[in-house]
Order: sequence, then C-alpha cells, then structure tokens
Amino acid sequence: MAEQPGGGDYMLVVGGGKVGWNLARELIDKGNEVTVIESDRERFLTIEQELEHRVHYGDASELWVLERAGIARAAMVIAVTGDDEDNLLICQVAKDKYGVERVIARVNNPRNRQHFELLGVKPYVSATDLILRLIEREVPRYGLVHLLDLADAGIEIIDLLIGEKAQVVGRRLDELEMPKGSLLISVMREGRGFVPTPDTVLEPGDEVLAVLDPTIEEELTGYLGLEEGKGEPAPEP
Amino acid sequence: MLILIVGCGRVGSSVARAMLAEGHEVSCLDEDPESHARLELGLDTSWEDAGGQFTVGTGLEIDALTTAGIERADVFVASTDGDNTNIVIAQIAKRRFDVETVIARILDPYRAEWYATQGLTTVCPTRTAIEMLELTLREVATKKAGTSG
Repeated sequence: MAEQPGGGDYMLVVGGGKVGWNLARELIDKGNEVTVIESDRERFLTIEQELEHRVHYGDASELWVLERAGIARAAMVIAVTGDDEDNLLICQVAKDKYGVERVIARVNNPRNRQHFELLGVKPYVSATDLILRLIEREVPRYGLVHLLDLADAGIEIIDLLIGEKAQVVGRRLDELEMPKGSLLISVMREGRGFVPTPDTVLEPGDEVLAVLDPTIEEELTGYLGLEEGKGEPAPEP
Repeated sequence: MLILIVGCGRVGSSVARAMLAEGHEVSCLDEDPESHARLELGLDTSWEDAGGQFTVGTGLEIDALTTAGIERADVFVASTDGDNTNIVIAQIAKRRFDVETVIARILDPYRAEWYATQGLTTVCPTRTAIEMLELTLREVATKKAGTSG
C-alpha cells in the first residue's frame, strides 16, 4: 500500500479560509496532527465548531501566536492566508527562526512570486497559475501567456461557492444569463475540478471560478449568489 | 548620499524633509499620491523645487523602486504603516538591490529584535514608547517617594 503523505506529523495551517480549512480536514483525515491559526474572530468561531481545539485564534504574523501554536515542534508550516506578505514572512520565520523543515506558501498575486523566490520561501502555490495551467490543458486555444497578459488588462478570476438557494442552482449553463464580460471557467464538485460545458447543471456546493471584468464583480456575485432580498438563512444556533 | 524612503506618512515625510534640509538627496515612494502634500508641509516651495523626488507606487513593485532610484540608493528606509510590508521590502532592498544600509520600522518589538539579527537595521517605535513610559513613571515614582518620605 502506498504511504499516505505526511502521516503522523504535526502541521500548522495558517489561514482558515476555504483553502486552509479544507486542507486541515484532509490532513487530519490522513492522520496528521493539525493546528489551524485564524485571525478573524467570526471565522475562528465557525471553524472551532468543527475542529474544536485544533484551531487557534490570533495573528500568525506575531511570533508568540506561532509559538503558542507549537511551531517549534512543527514538521510543516503551510501559510494560505489571503495576504502574500503574511504568507511570505510566516514561512520565512518558520524556516529561519524555528527551523521548520518544510514550508508551503500560497501566492495570491502571481506578481509576488519573485519575492518568494528572493526570500527563499519555496515551494509556493499560486492558485491563479494552477487554474491557468488547467485552462491551458483543457482549452488549448487560450494560451497561458495570453491569459497572463489579460491580468494586466484589468481582468480577474474569482472563486465563488454556489449556495443552496442560489437562483442558478439546477439550471444548465446555456440557460444562464451571465453578466456580459464574464465567463465560468471551472467547477469544483466533490473535490474534483472540471471545465463546464453548455449542458453543465450547477449544484449547491459547487465552487466555481469565473474570469471577468473587475467592474462587474458585484453584478456577477449577485447573480450567482443569492437573489437580492432573499437573504442567507440564519445560522443554526 | 541618496536616501530612498518608502512610506510617506507622518514619520516618513518628516524624516524626508529633515534629510533634504541637511543636504542629502531624498527620494520618496508611496502608493498614495496624496501623501506628496505631506512632504510640503512647512516648505515655501514644492517638494520637487526643494530638490526632492516623489514616486507613486508600492515597495513590492520593482518598477516603482527602480523609478525611485533604488539602484543608486545608499540608504533605504522602510517606513510604511505595515510591519509586514516593511520587513518584506527591506529584504528586497537588501538582497535584490544590495543597498548598503537598510532600515526598517517594525512596531512589533519581538520581530524587530529577530530581524535585527538578520542583517536589517530595525527601529521599533513600540520599544521606544515602552522605554519612555517606564522612564517617566520611574521619575514620577521617585518624586512621589521624595515628597512623601
């Protein structure tokens, strides 16, 4: 039987967003001891309901927060916050100050890759790059280089979770009235990603990536999310 | 000598003006174009006429740093309002551009101490405030002991 990655190591995951939380779950399932550090109080309380003592509240840029979370005995530190400077410096002190053997950093803005290289923080993972590679593989006519140029021309890629009550649930993609200037480029469903086709039907819980003109971001999130006024169902007490 | 100051808030702008007045060449970089006005507080002329340079951009943008003259800077000062930004750009100045003296303003005393061992000159306003407060309190306590005793 193939050995599971990790397996019994102590790992710190910094940032409890979608990436960090799901990553922590996976790593725990694989038998690792994991602590998530989240700096947003609300988000922390949400995660705590599931992960209990395995999530700490605090700003991991502060060394004592890392120390309290046990960085000294961590085999791996994974920094996946939405802030590149945070990810960069957390990994740097993990390696250089606390002697953590393996670090992985998330790069949010691909332009910051050079700084990760310069400060010796490797490997780093850029979601934008991964998606571009996926697009290139699935839709070869959109070349990688071409899309990188688009980033300079005021185009962004966003990541959205389709809620249970979203108006687009259960409808074929070619029936949707997507705002002009936007395109759904990938769907993540049950841990697998694919490039949607006109007959793809969106399901609740789908995580979609859209490429769009930044000026229509609100219009698009409004359309793919809940209808105005219906509101999110109240959280369970 | 050429001093490049990134982060032109209250601290950065005051230091910039003082250094320019003392005859140094000063270049400032800030992402907020409005911060240019802060440089001219108390000056009779414009910042440029006084001999200063101002560039709009962030310290993470290599182009902006180059425009601001980092390649010939003798001193680099990272004085934005963010510790993380200051630590990152100071290291860029040091490692990528080989600036001789790199000074970073770091509010967190613990990190200021650590990066001081990593080749950066760090200035920690929090540490200064703590020391000043302790000193003042000790003076008060001594006085009080003197009057009551």
